[in-house]
Amino acid sequence: MRVLAAMSGGVDSAVAAALAVDAGHDVTGVHLALSPDRQMLRSGARGCCSVEDSHDARRVADELGIPFYVWDLAERFTEDVVDDFVAEYAAGRTPNPCLRCNEKIKFSAVLDRALALGFDAVVTGHHARLADGELRRSVDAAKDQSYVLGVLTPAQLAAARFPLGGMTKDRVREIAAERGFAVAAKPDSHDICFIPDGDTRGFLTRRLGSRPGPVVDAATGATIGQHDGTYGFTVGQRKGLGVAVGDQQPRYVLGIEPVSRTVTIGTADLATIDEVVTGAPTWTGPAPELPFAAQVQLRAHGRPVDCQVSDGPDGGLRIALAGEERGIAPGQSAVLYLPDPVRGDRVLGQAPIQRAEARAA
Amino acid sequence: MTHPDPIYLDHAATTPVLPEVLAAMTQQMGRVGNASSLHASGRAARRVAEQSRERLAEALGARPSEVLFTAGGTESDNLAVKGLFWARRQADSRRRRIVVSPAEHHAVLDSVEWLAKHDGAEITWLRLEPSGRVLPEALADALGDGVDVAVASVMWANNEIGTVSDIAALAEVAHEVGVPFHTDAVQAVGQVPVDFAASGVDALTMTGHKLGGPMGAGALLLRRDAECTPLLHGGGQERDVRSGTLDVAAIVGLQVATSASVESRPERAARTAELRDQLVAGVLAQVPDARLNGPALDDLLRAGTPAAGPGRLPGNAHLSFPGAEGDALLMLLDARGVECSTGSACSAGVARPSHVLLAVGADTDRARSSLRFSLGHTSTEHDVQAVLDVIGPVVERARRAGMGSR
Repeated sequence: MRVLAAMSGGVDSAVAAALAVDAGHDVTGVHLALSPDRQMLRSGARGCCSVEDSHDARRVADELGIPFYVWDLAERFTEDVVDDFVAEYAAGRTPNPCLRCNEKIKFSAVLDRALALGFDAVVTGHHARLADGELRRSVDAAKDQSYVLGVLTPAQLAAARFPLGGMTKDRVREIAAERGFAVAAKPDSHDICFIPDGDTRGFLTRRLGSRPGPVVDAATGATIGQHDGTYGFTVGQRKGLGVAVGDQQPRYVLGIEPVSRTVTIGTADLATIDEVVTGAPTWTGPAPELPFAAQVQLRAHGRPVDCQVSDGPDGGLRIALAGEERGIAPGQSAVLYLPDPVRGDRVLGQAPIQRAEARAA
Repeated sequence: MTHPDPIYLDHAATTPVLPEVLAAMTQQMGRVGNASSLHASGRAARRVAEQSRERLAEALGARPSEVLFTAGGTESDNLAVKGLFWARRQADSRRRRIVVSPAEHHAVLDSVEWLAKHDGAEITWLRLEPSGRVLPEALADALGDGVDVAVASVMWANNEIGTVSDIAALAEVAHEVGVPFHTDAVQAVGQVPVDFAASGVDALTMTGHKLGGPMGAGALLLRRDAECTPLLHGGGQERDVRSGTLDVAAIVGLQVATSASVESRPERAARTAELRDQLVAGVLAQVPDARLNGPALDDLLRAGTPAAGPGRLPGNAHLSFPGAEGDALLMLLDARGVECSTGSACSAGVARPSHVLLAVGADTDRARSSLRFSLGHTSTEHDVQAVLDVIGPVVERARRAGMGSR
């Protein structure tokens, strides 16, 4: 099989490419240049888009004896991921750019191009299991990335290969070390690759400018402070609200209204929800019949909670949670799983969260 | 998968080392001796270095004292552009302008742009013909009365689209207004007739690995009366313009390769051009809307002047394939064992539209849909046939993948 290995320069994709070679495939490595103004050297442990990272990927490809190219997807990435990220924050939502990148770049632009060029599949270093068209959590629960892959369709999954899903991250590093890859001990990348300093609020301020507005107390309706931009807030956020309320009770962001630039805050009881309403879902396999019982994960590193999924408004879903949750932000994905302790929880699909509310008020 | 026996059609990037070069270098590397030392070993090394200087000068129509050995084309270009600029401005502070072609190699372009950014230089870009050629009238227009010009630089032959300019005519124009003239002849030496003295240029860049010599060895031919401020200070080995212990083995290799390729040029260039013409004709037959960039294949520099030579490098075939991306074409050909190039590689490995094609008026799509095949001394009909066997399906597949990465 002719496979294209997407190689970020990190240890995961290096080992994934190596395993594809071991499996006897005809492998070609590709590094995606996603940033329009690439830095020569990595700054800190974050990011994967410097020239140094592409050099790291090239070193591994050369050791594996496979062809290696750099594909410039900076324009697509800027439009589909970075601009979308900014627009989502401007609209009062909290996007997940990694999920968007998988949906629009890795398993769309790259995959389409690979198939057109005669490849049969794209291999990545994602930690998730994929067998018989079924996407499941990695055996390494701490490194599981099935959440950010939950948006993939059956057609996308049919041409994807995730060789690392059956092993722990420690084992991945061991394999890299055994093979003498220089990236064996390279730190994991975190956070958002196009914000290498980790300062999301600073990045959004540079992009969106200062957009001051009121901070309103949900209980009284009174304006109790000012903020510099709604994009500095996420629903459920507790720290850094910049207002003081006399009663010493913690306050949470309850809602963000971008037109009036209003950030509404309230006490824990008001922030507690047990139902999520979403936009139209995507499914990793045939669409399941509604309603059904499942588990849902409501943010990238969230824990799964039991739920009942039924028809929602406007082609979306209504997800009734078995327990109470706080900090469920519109813009994040609700990824639905069928628990399976043996083969790994299976990803059914995802739907973008539109709002979260308390069911029995 | 890496092809076991690739068809190498990237001779403009680098070309296989000649056997006689390998033999001469291996022999010299086995000997001890710093050419600056006074004892017998040093004298022996110096003898070899100076013999090489004389032979190299002879092959290129220069005097031995005009040959400065460097670490290659990039250093020679930097030394010529910066060194001539600094020396000329030192002599007269009005001389701040550099007149240069926008299709130069990055070693010249980036040197010029660095001087503009950091050292008060002002760039005047030369007008190009659609073929990429710089005409004497364009240079004359750009120079004006020349009083504020430090240096002019136009490459002898373009590395991407193979355009040869009439360097003697350009040097004459520069000299009419008293401006020194540099030419980057990295692609020209061994491919078209190059005679330093007859060309009249003040400085000429050449390098070894484009003509069967080693990498990291080159020369700047610099007229004895040209003032040039050094970049590298130290022992002053090369006329006090360039310092550094002479790499005698590399110098021998450079000279043997230069002498051999200059001697073999007439016969080899004719053979290479014939193969190139077959390649272009065959590609155009299979992909009728492909387009040859640069001058016509049979272009002569000045019709009726036999000494002027061709207007295009004999081994260069630079083609655009509308609707296909150069990157994709290169990858698909590589997978089929055919090695070529999309132009000059950038350090980041990210393909950018060729500045040369943009400079000759191509739009971004055409610039991005281009491939350069460059033939050389080891090229055969088998190589040409190998391209023709696969180019049709490869272009078709690349077109299906579209210009999608943008």
